[in-house]
Amino acid sequence: MTYFPEEVVEHIFSFLPLHSDRNTVSLVCRVWYEVERLSRRAVFVGNCYAVRPERLVQRFPNVRTLTVKGKPHFADFNLVPPDWGGYAGPWIDAAARSCMGLEELRMKRMVVLDENLELLARSFPRFKALVLISCEGFSTDGLAAIASHCKLLRELDLQENDVDDHGPRWLSCFPDSCTSLVSLNFACIKGEVNPGALERLVARSPNLRSLRLNRSVSVDTLSKILVRTPNLEDLGTGNLTDESESYLRLSSALEKCKMLRSLSGFWDASPICVPFIYPLCHHLTGLNLSYTPTLDYSDLTKMISRCVKLQRLWVLDCISDKGLQVVASSCKDLQELRVFPSDFYVAGYSVVTEEGLVAISSGCPKLSSLLYFCHQMTNEALITVAKNCPNFIRFRLCILEPKKPDAITNQPLDEGFGAIVRECKGLRRLSISGLLTDKVFMDIGKYGKQLEMLSIAFAGDSDKGMMHVMNGCKNLRKLEIRDSPFSDVALLGNVAKYETMRSLWMSGCNVTLKGCQVLATKMPMLNVEIMNELDESSEMEENHGDPSRVDKLYVYRTTAGARNDAPDFVKIL
Amino acid sequence: MSTSSANSTASPAVSGLDYDDTALTLALPGSSSSSSSDPAASDRKRAHAEHDKPPSPKARAVGWPPVRAYRRNALRDEAAKLVKVAVDGAPYLRKVDLAAHDGYAPLLRALHAMFASCLVANGAGRLVDAATGAEYVPTYEDRDGDWMLVGDVPFKMFVESCKRIRLMKSSEADNLAPRTSSQ
Repeated sequence: MTYFPEEVVEHIFSFLPLHSDRNTVSLVCRVWYEVERLSRRAVFVGNCYAVRPERLVQRFPNVRTLTVKGKPHFADFNLVPPDWGGYAGPWIDAAARSCMGLEELRMKRMVVLDENLELLARSFPRFKALVLISCEGFSTDGLAAIASHCKLLRELDLQENDVDDHGPRWLSCFPDSCTSLVSLNFACIKGEVNPGALERLVARSPNLRSLRLNRSVSVDTLSKILVRTPNLEDLGTGNLTDESESYLRLSSALEKCKMLRSLSGFWDASPICVPFIYPLCHHLTGLNLSYTPTLDYSDLTKMISRCVKLQRLWVLDCISDKGLQVVASSCKDLQELRVFPSDFYVAGYSVVTEEGLVAISSGCPKLSSLLYFCHQMTNEALITVAKNCPNFIRFRLCILEPKKPDAITNQPLDEGFGAIVRECKGLRRLSISGLLTDKVFMDIGKYGKQLEMLSIAFAGDSDKGMMHVMNGCKNLRKLEIRDSPFSDVALLGNVAKYETMRSLWMSGCNVTLKGCQVLATKMPMLNVEIMNELDESSEMEENHGDPSRVDKLYVYRTTAGARNDAPDFVKIL
Repeated sequence: MSTSSANSTASPAVSGLDYDDTALTLALPGSSSSSSSDPAASDRKRAHAEHDKPPSPKARAVGWPPVRAYRRNALRDEAAKLVKVAVDGAPYLRKVDLAAHDGYAPLLRALHAMFASCLVANGAGRLVDAATGAEYVPTYEDRDGDWMLVGDVPFKMFVESCKRIRLMKSSEADNLAPRTSSQ
């Protein structure tokens, strides 16, 4: 291959779609490393502290799409204290200095400030797409900067961010010359937007394919907008609470959107709105009703029973087992199902149980991705589900009451989850719950050969449990554990493994400061971060008063060394 | 069944508290709540009872269940006050956001719309079963666990104390407020 001119080598590399493949070819020789790095267009950084931003942009100066992820996953559930880190600033600063051609920036679980967005808006003349997921730290002023200065903006996608609302001005900052929008998602913006500005923006965006509105947008405004977007493929509605006259206008506007395949929003949706959605149902492949507690089982099933092409369904558990049976008999193409709890009381009334899941599994053989919150489960049900759906790639089951056994036999759920890992040979992501002993981990280690991410809560008896996973799961990248009896023995049982993984999170376990220090000493390529609660009054009943016990441990491989932006409560060993 | 005027008498509710006249009363003298011979009602009662069990100590774990803060906040809108609404004889519950309505009249209109498939408003503005003509009165359970007639207290007080609503057959709502014989 060294006989080929570099342009040919570069061209060959362009056929490698996966980051991992490009990473591999860059290791072959110096020439290939150089060719690869200069032609790399997309870089994915799974942990923002695994590499220094300056180093990354120096290596890949021509990068066009940069994806960076910050806080550990359990930050979603308030397990990571605020101000832990995950700052976007250094990344945007570094890119602004070295990567003039940047076109797309995607960030997840990071702290993004308005000044970062302002720098972003001014630094990249060809900037086209900003995707922020579960981020925080910025306000609508930062969005105003993006709108004002990114002349070629195609995509502004804000998913579930915590954004400070400084008024509706930002939307009016898109200049009249901005006609390039393809995707606009501001569902997470809390405040009002100017309906007129929104309508005008949509009217001058002929390429708009995806539009997700926030709660403040009325049915009337939605109707006016939809008249302008006959090519819309993905719609997130505003609120659907109005009186029924508005719905007639909405209905005729929706009729024009023949390309609509995906629906979400339905904020505060009144049951009145349901029949007006019927004409769309037949074509829908995606439906997200998980923010709509005001629609009950009957409304939901009337809609869903018409959605015969549905591939992705997100819904609240008020759909009930009966409703899931309707899904099972109507949605034969279903690939992804998420059933969220509408009531966060752990000991509440069972609306969704193992029966609903079994029904889905037998009616929807293509199911490959599941997130299911329920009050009870049985081994028998899980075994049946595993047989019916061997194609699971993602299987996340959350039984709301920690350590709850099989609802009928009172046994641990080891058998059931064991069946899942055994039958689903392509399983990449697994979350387990309920009463579980070390046995389930034996099965996970034995059969979970493709498993990349495992989430454990209130499970296991002894260190053997964690050891089975560490030794058996060859492709494990992320392991997150809470409130399980794993100690230093398990932590230190296979230290080399951590260099093959992105990260380990352990909270509420039995690891001690000493154990963490040993780990840090043995493995200099890891950052071992420990966090102890400063406030002793919170959940400290579990703590046996042992001051050396570590509350929260976050271990990750890194080439960057200890980070210099850690707050006081984080100790890096 | 007698009709009551818009201004009720200042009759005490069953809990013994004295409330002022309210703007709107759909109250009727009532008997005890539904008999156990109605399986749907007793199912709902069981459901309600189980729902009201205090959360077990295990429920207090931080960050459990694992639901994103964004989603929790979106469903638990601070301003919203969602309460369950049951109708005697209907097989399932609905929910209404009390905070979304300015007063009893819009709330009752919303309730009417919610159950429009089985209840209609008759000439006197009361909710009646479309099939049987039986009248329904809205009742609610307050913070103390007492069942009261909707409309007996100022609206804001009602919103604060209401835990759930039940549209009861008026024949069964008789004993919720002792009424004078003039009715």
